[in-house]
Amino acid sequence: MNPEDPIHDGWAPPVHRLERPDAPDDAVNINVGGRRVAGPVQGFGRLWKKTYRVRVGERVEPADVVATWRRDFGTFWPPGNRFYGPVTGLEPGEVALLNLSMPGGLELSTGVLMLYADDESFTLMTPEGHQFAGWITFSAFADPDRGTTAQAQVLMRSSDPIYEIGMALGGHRIEDRFWGATLTALAISLGVPEPAVDAHRECVDKRRQWSRAGNVRYNSAIRSGMYRASRIVRRSGTTSG
Amino acid sequence: MEHGMTTITGRIVDGHVGIVDVQGDMSASCEDALMLAYASACAPQTRGVVLNFDQLDFLNSGGIGLLVTLLVRANRNGQRLGACGLSDHYREIFELTRLDDAIAIHLTEAEAVAAVMQ
Repeated sequence: MNPEDPIHDGWAPPVHRLERPDAPDDAVNINVGGRRVAGPVQGFGRLWKKTYRVRVGERVEPADVVATWRRDFGTFWPPGNRFYGPVTGLEPGEVALLNLSMPGGLELSTGVLMLYADDESFTLMTPEGHQFAGWITFSAFADPDRGTTAQAQVLMRSSDPIYEIGMALGGHRIEDRFWGATLTALAISLGVPEPAVDAHRECVDKRRQWSRAGNVRYNSAIRSGMYRASRIVRRSGTTSG
Repeated sequence: MEHGMTTITGRIVDGHVGIVDVQGDMSASCEDALMLAYASACAPQTRGVVLNFDQLDFLNSGGIGLLVTLLVRANRNGQRLGACGLSDHYREIFELTRLDDAIAIHLTEAEAVAAVMQ
């Protein structure tokens, strides 16, 4: 789909359930196919708005920053985390698989939908079972004081009570480190020698949505752990047999 | 992507329902205007607020994010939130982002006012 198509105006076409994303055979491709997307309305935990910014210089245009970020999205991630999307970059309506490195050696399988894209921003939305329900908007803008600035802004509630506990026990710090490292890598790729990332976290709603506690049935960490355990059992059965 | 001007205003009907009229483009930069319009659409007895998108030209993901923030504010005030006047395209966007789980969509302002009053 062409994101410039005036009918779609940069938005993904209607999606009821996500298709299973294309990925190499060695990727863990679970927790995405057949899931619905989930925004802040569908999440469980407190509502947070997190903003990460880095200055990328005065000689680069915001549209060029966004084009680079979108095209090479996964290459800016910290080591151990893999993004399986089209090599040309995600288009609105397309789904990417994520294999994320978690504490304890767990590899968490989840994904994202490209919800919206224009010349100066793009937005990813999470599927049911992701650590959080919400969207992340990546953008760049000309700041009169700082030059061109790249920004990642997350609007999210943790998906279920288990993830909410995890966020309180260090999950926010892990996320801050993740996006801090990502913006640093982006800025370095654009020629900034020593980038400094600003992070700001705002609690928009302190209330938890207890009616959404049942989201735990889709919890991607639990399902990824069970998938890993079943693979170990299957392998040991094959070896001993 | 070039987009035009935005005017967001608030009014009160029947003393119990606020209307927020969105005209033009709605993006993250409209936060102050949207919250001011919401404040002027609210009275102490306001039971519900209707977002009237009859004159909406363009809405991006930043604008959708603002609606989540507005929803939190309305919930905190014990108000129901409804929407009307959405084109087929933006009705689909409400469904895609699943905002329609919390902001009921109606065809006309009269229908939306009646719904948020219930």
